[in-house]
Amino acid sequence: MTEPLVTFRNVKKHFGDFVAVREMDLDIHTGEFLAIMGSSGCGKTTTLRMLAGLEAPTSGEIRIGGDLMNDVKPHERDTPLVWQSLALFPFLSARENVEFGLKMRGVDKDERKRRALEWLDRMEIGEFADRNITTLSGGQKQRVALARSLVMEPQMLLLDEPLSALDANLVIRMQAVLTRLQKELGITFVYVTHSQSEAFAMADRVVIMSQGEIAQVGSPKDIYRSPANRFVAEFVGRNNILGGTVISQSSETVSVSTTSGDFTAVAPADQRTTGSDLTFSVSADLVSVSIDQPDALNKVQCNVISEEFIGSVVTLFLESADGHEFKVQMQERDLIELDLRSGSQIWLSWLPENAHVLDGD
Amino acid sequence: MKQNRLLNIILMIYVLCIFAFIFAPILFSLVFSFNSQRFPTIPLGNFTTEWYAKIFADPDVWLAARNSLIVSVSTALLATFLGFCTAYSDFRYNFRFKGPYLALILLPPTIPLIIMALAMLAWLSRLGLSGQLWSIILAHSVLTAPFAMAIIRLRLNQMDPDLEAAAWNLGSSEWQAMRHIIIPFCAPAIVSGLCLTAAVSFDEFAISWFVSGLNKTVPVIILEIVQGNIDPQVNAIGTFVFLTSMTLVILAQVFFISRQVKSHS
Repeated sequence: MTEPLVTFRNVKKHFGDFVAVREMDLDIHTGEFLAIMGSSGCGKTTTLRMLAGLEAPTSGEIRIGGDLMNDVKPHERDTPLVWQSLALFPFLSARENVEFGLKMRGVDKDERKRRALEWLDRMEIGEFADRNITTLSGGQKQRVALARSLVMEPQMLLLDEPLSALDANLVIRMQAVLTRLQKELGITFVYVTHSQSEAFAMADRVVIMSQGEIAQVGSPKDIYRSPANRFVAEFVGRNNILGGTVISQSSETVSVSTTSGDFTAVAPADQRTTGSDLTFSVSADLVSVSIDQPDALNKVQCNVISEEFIGSVVTLFLESADGHEFKVQMQERDLIELDLRSGSQIWLSWLPENAHVLDGD
Repeated sequence: MKQNRLLNIILMIYVLCIFAFIFAPILFSLVFSFNSQRFPTIPLGNFTTEWYAKIFADPDVWLAARNSLIVSVSTALLATFLGFCTAYSDFRYNFRFKGPYLALILLPPTIPLIIMALAMLAWLSRLGLSGQLWSIILAHSVLTAPFAMAIIRLRLNQMDPDLEAAAWNLGSSEWQAMRHIIIPFCAPAIVSGLCLTAAVSFDEFAISWFVSGLNKTVPVIILEIVQGNIDPQVNAIGTFVFLTSMTLVILAQVFFISRQVKSHS
């Protein structure tokens, strides 16, 4: 494997008493689309700002292309950032905005005009080149912001929640634009977001952060199907999380006694100790529903509480006798056949191999 | 609703009264500056530009006008520069005692002018700096810098705080970002600060009178004319001063408010 483009080693960032990032180790590879995801205050934006040189790490090392970057000023780096606020220069036209970075680098007038127009055309907003930035729509501004960064032909593009101000259908379109651009240019994208759908739709790898620490790094599929710990399981998607004590074990599986009943789960060897605590998650779309008691190893009877309809897929919220919340995701047409209403009693079941054992909390 | 309407009428009358009190004397001064009679009495005499001709023929008035011009332009430049620096330091940095720092900067206009003038005289003469044209410039800069700072600070508060960092991110050094982003963004406020500080300095009497020595500015010469004799020249020169300051103040408003409306639309 080639050298990573960016390495974080033991990076910490404190703001006074507040710890924004603690002990971070992370490699970012050339040409990958990396999403850093977490709720607000988890340190994702601070991480990005450290990459751009807008914050200096309190301790640890950040290297880009092997060079130590800790104290390199922002303007001496090649790390253009697409800002959440876009931060377009309001008194300049679209073209002048795009030309700005080239101007600072001393590119001559004709050349920078040519390159700016080329990028504006590529972003399909060439016709607005001479318009004042304040007269453009949200989506058009977004494209100017992208062109302004990409015209610098960077090795790596940083994006800080760039789509958060757009409406839903525009977000989908811009996601397609971004993934296409990243593949065409072959450069590294580091994309910070709180939106799981954005991260999973675009990224090759996703970093989940929580309270200044990396909770898990992996492909969207890894993270979705095999959350490393309870935080990730709760943060990502619709997971049913159950915890209890191991009461017996076999060659591959364990039986776990929980408040909702006893369940069997496939568990790794080091987690198969009788008497120990164990937490596992079952993805909501891997749970089956039936009116009659099923012939299954893992089953629990629940009351229907409510349903959330988001198009073809529906999420059912249920409660077991002990008050534990369960979630089931199913096709809308399958739900109609069951003819459920609030308060209906149904059975949930899942296969032992679909129970994913989480690391201790 | 009815009460509201009554209230509106009362408020309207109140505002009209304020305007009348402020502008009536100025209006009279304007009218009498074109009146041929020596004393301001009604009925009016004939229309005349005699008094204007007289003041424009007076070398002392010209000298005072020249002094005032030098003082107000220099003051405007110096005070706006100082105002910009303090506004920017407030925008950019967070530090301990920022509250007292800002309070201190905003202090000068709250001190009664006469006390400020006396203090300035005492201080400048101790330093051997009084009686010069630039003594007035220094004193006026202290007095007017807060106005410039207030306007520029307001403008900086409208700025997306990411804008400057975005410039760095695109390869600007801090100085380049200042030149290409901060100053252009603040330009309307800077022009408006220049106009306003020039206007305040042009009008200011007390400090000028105390520290000017023999270098009289226009307000100082007006007092001398009034002290000497009652002469409609004063009306003429007063009208001239009023129009100059009003123009500057209106320009300041035009530059600042029109931009604000634009950036909000």
